[in-house]
Amino acid sequence: MATLAAVIASTHHPFYYKASTATGEDRPPYADAWVAKIEAFRETLSRARPDVLVMVGSDHFHQLWLDNMPQFLVGKAPVYDANWYNEEREFGLPRMRLRGQEDLSAHLLRSGLDSGFDLAFSNELRIDHSITCPIITLRPEADLPIVPVYTNIFAPPLPQPSRFVHLGKAIREMIESWPSNLRVAVIGTGHLSLELGGPRQFGPHGPDPEFDHKAVEWIAGGDIEGCLSEVTLDSLWTPGNATHGFMDFMLMMGVAGEGARADYTDTLDLFHTMEAYFTWYPNGVPAQTGTGARP
Amino acid sequence: MSKYLMNKFLYTVDRDPDLVERYREDPRGTVTWWEAEHAGTLLNAIGAEATTHPEFTHEEREALAAHDYVKLFELGAHPFLTLTLFIALFERDYEEPMAFQREYAARLAHFSLPYPDIAT
Repeated sequence: MATLAAVIASTHHPFYYKASTATGEDRPPYADAWVAKIEAFRETLSRARPDVLVMVGSDHFHQLWLDNMPQFLVGKAPVYDANWYNEEREFGLPRMRLRGQEDLSAHLLRSGLDSGFDLAFSNELRIDHSITCPIITLRPEADLPIVPVYTNIFAPPLPQPSRFVHLGKAIREMIESWPSNLRVAVIGTGHLSLELGGPRQFGPHGPDPEFDHKAVEWIAGGDIEGCLSEVTLDSLWTPGNATHGFMDFMLMMGVAGEGARADYTDTLDLFHTMEAYFTWYPNGVPAQTGTGARP
Repeated sequence: MSKYLMNKFLYTVDRDPDLVERYREDPRGTVTWWEAEHAGTLLNAIGAEATTHPEFTHEEREALAAHDYVKLFELGAHPFLTLTLFIALFERDYEEPMAFQREYAARLAHFSLPYPDIAT
C-alpha cells in the first residue's frame, strides 16, 4: 500500500511569490525573514521524499461558480494548468502547469463515494493560488504529480466543520489503502483569522490575534476535540469574514489524526494575516536530506 | 433579492481584462449593456438557452453603476468578489501600496457583526 510520507498544513499567502522574488527598492522589509521561514518549511517536505502530492485547497470563484457549486471536488486530469488572469493581475503569480496522478484521483473518488462522501469531480480543472501557493513555497520545481481536492469554504451554505475533519480522516484512510508503492504527501492550505472586503481587512496584523493563537495551539497539538468544541459555522464570522478557510486546517488535522502533535510548527506575524506552517510525519521523522537546508 | 446576479456581474467583469477597463471607464453604460445583453448567459450554452428571468433591483443596479462598494457590501454581494474587482479598478490611482485597500476598510468601518448575509 501507499505510504503517507508527510501531512502538511499551511496558510496560502498570494503575496509570497512577489515578495520573495522582488529586488532592490521593490523588496519589502519582511521578505528575507519570510523566505528563511519558507525555506525551512520546504525542507520538511523534501526530507519526506514524496512521489505524489494530494493538494487540498479552495477555488476562489475561478472555475467553480454559483451556478454549479460543489462542496468537495476531486480533480482527475492528466495535467492541470494553473493560475488565472486576475491572480496574475493582483498577485503577480506566474502561469504554471502541473502533472496529475489520475490513478490516485480515481482511487479517492471511488473509495470516497463508497465511504459516504459524495465527491464531485472535474476532468478539466484550472487550479488557482490555493494550490499553487504551496507549490511555490514547498516544491517550487513543480515536478511532482498532484491530485487536487477542492473544498467550499467560500460560498454559503458550507459543510459543517466536523465534515471537514471527517473528510480529512477519510482521505488518510483512502491513501493508506491505495494499492501503490508510492510515497504520498498531503498538503492543505487554509487561513487563520482573515478579513477580505470588510472593515477589518489589511490591518497591521490578522483581525483576531487571540483566535490565531488558539488556532495554532489546536493544530500543533492535534486537538481536534477542543477545536470542534469551539468552532462552528457561525463562530467563524467573528475572527474575520474569510475565516471559514480555517476549516481546511481542520481537514488537515483530520488527516494528521486526533491527538497528533505536529513534528514541525512555525508562524510568522505579517500585516493583514498570520502565517502558520505545520508538518506531521505519520510514519516517523525522516532523516534530513543533507542538501544544506536548515532542519 | 438578486444577490446572485450582482455576484455574477462582479465575477464576469473581474475575470476579463477588457471588461475591467470598460467598467472602470463607463460603469453605468457597462451595467446597462451587461444587464440587457449578458445577465442571462448560461455558461457553455447557446444564446437561445439563456436564462430568461435575471434582473437587478433598482438598488443593486445603482450600486454597481455608481462603483459603490460600500452599498454592495450592505446588499450582501460576495466581499471577495467586490474587493478583488475594485482593487483592479482603483488601486492604480493610489501612490502608497495598500492605500486603496485601507481606505476601502475605513469606508466600511460603520459595519459591525453580524455583517450583511452573503448567502445566495
